[in-house]
Amino acid sequence: MARHSLINNSPVDRLILFVNKVLLVLIVLAVIVPIAYVLIGSFLKPNILLNQGISFNPDHWTLDGYRRIFEDGSIVRGFLNSVFYASGFTFVAVVFTVLAGYSLSVETLVGKKVITIFFLFAMFFNGGMIPTYLVVRNLGMLNTPWAIILPGAVGVWNIILTRTFFKGVPNELKEAAQIDGASDLKIFLSVILPLSKPIIFVIALFAFIGQWNSYFNAMIYLDDQSLYPLQLVLREILVQNEVPPGMIADQLARAEMQRIAEMIKYSSIVVASLPLMVMYPFFQKYFEKGVMVGSLK
Amino acid sequence: MKQKPSRGKGGKSRIDKKESKWAYIKKNYVLYLFLLPAVLLVFIFNYIPMYGVLIAFQDFSVTKGIFGSDWVGLDHFRSFLTSPNFIRIFMNTIKLSVYGLIIGFPVPIILALMLNQVRRMNIKKNIQLVIYAPHFISTVVIVGMLFIFLSPAGPINALITQFTGNPVSFLSDPAYFRTIFITSGIWQGAGFSSIVYVAALSNADPQLHDAATLDGASLLQRIWHIDVQVIKPIMAVLFILAIGGIMGVGFEKAYLLQTDMNIPASEIIDTYVYKRGLLAGDWSFGAAVGLFNTVIGLILLVIANTVVKRLNGETLY
Repeated sequence: MARHSLINNSPVDRLILFVNKVLLVLIVLAVIVPIAYVLIGSFLKPNILLNQGISFNPDHWTLDGYRRIFEDGSIVRGFLNSVFYASGFTFVAVVFTVLAGYSLSVETLVGKKVITIFFLFAMFFNGGMIPTYLVVRNLGMLNTPWAIILPGAVGVWNIILTRTFFKGVPNELKEAAQIDGASDLKIFLSVILPLSKPIIFVIALFAFIGQWNSYFNAMIYLDDQSLYPLQLVLREILVQNEVPPGMIADQLARAEMQRIAEMIKYSSIVVASLPLMVMYPFFQKYFEKGVMVGSLK
Repeated sequence: MKQKPSRGKGGKSRIDKKESKWAYIKKNYVLYLFLLPAVLLVFIFNYIPMYGVLIAFQDFSVTKGIFGSDWVGLDHFRSFLTSPNFIRIFMNTIKLSVYGLIIGFPVPIILALMLNQVRRMNIKKNIQLVIYAPHFISTVVIVGMLFIFLSPAGPINALITQFTGNPVSFLSDPAYFRTIFITSGIWQGAGFSSIVYVAALSNADPQLHDAATLDGASLLQRIWHIDVQVIKPIMAVLFILAIGGIMGVGFEKAYLLQTDMNIPASEIIDTYVYKRGLLAGDWSFGAAVGLFNTVIGLILLVIANTVVKRLNGETLY
């Protein structure tokens, strides 16, 4: 980076820079240590983990927690449900948002102002949890995947984001196509869409991650356990302390059951978090892009 | 939002304009088809519930519906505002979010200013990569980790008992609830929230720093007079948004962190709405409390926007 020139810093400045480095190292450690603790703990035999903490002795390691998770259906089923919900939600979010954002970016659109206000008002005011629940209920969506996929899929903020993005597309491109006699649909498909990969990617990414990690809508809209997304299954294990009985059924002693349940907590955290943890570094630049487009209004 | 007049046909009569509008809509109907699905979903899931908020003024029964239920005016609001729980729940909400804002808001900014001093680009990128990580962990998992770490038999208490002999009941003692909530929030979110500041800082003119250094400005002076000024507009917008969100403070996490014993500190308006409205089926009362919450949030947003505008010239809308 060119910004730091050859001009020398004073001793005080150099000290500050040194302290800065030390603090950053500490911050990085503060982030890594809890994550590493859970990761390592998930491979440890329960009595070791509970009695002496982290150990690097290979005799203390086991894959038992993972075996129990994969032999029992609940986490796997939750995982698959979550893949389905997050994909459906992302699909709806991307398609509906990009279409609407594009239309609103057309300068000449008649009624643009009214429609924009329609969207913006919904951003600042909402009916709240109970009235929204009643709508979902009246639509007969309770206990169906629709209750997870549809509400909230179209975010006003995302529409504004895409509109801003499309406004940045040079008008000449559209005009050239118009002169060639292309219809609106054709312009959108052949000129606009190929240019909008970054914004589609950003919206898809945030929608997918948001849905993957959320539990609340599923908690209020779904009763049927077979429909539970991963986060709800995790909530039972981690927060309500109810490990699915199938995972510890082979144990007779209550104390041993509890120890194993504790280990299963660690392994289920790893199984649930691993996909995003492995993937997000590849998308780093898109997060930065997405946040920047958003901040420009 | 300022718009240019849609078509520069100043001289034409009104009727002509109207006709040309219809002609435009007809010709560009595809654009309206594009808008339809989004408008429909927003209408169904945002606007119909706004109408549904009327049940806050009724004794709503599911069998009678909005049309058939009896109107009770402001009864539910009155009973909420005068209930012995009100002050406690209201103050819990305000405290949790205001403390969270005061402590949490500056952290990503400081983090960004610190990162901005890292000269080696690859090191900076790697630090960023690490501190983003917690953002991708779900709320349920974060709370699960807190339960593991802070439980009486957990590693943190193992450390504490070595020194004091007694474990601390972090999860059941109301005194610790806010600290746990806010600290874990910073751990999870500060790194990712710093992105926007880091990006803004990297756009600052490097020559400003050189010139200031030549003039004898110290590092801290340069950070204050150059870097902080660069990110001020973003700070203002994010601050307004944060104030607007005060009443909607992290309900998903608060609900998970609630235990029977920490209720005196952890019951906030949204968890109360959920329990009274959905779990106990007291629809109208829940809707009334929710509406109260929304309105306070809106008022806060408008106030914050006005104040920041006066001070700074930045505004949200």
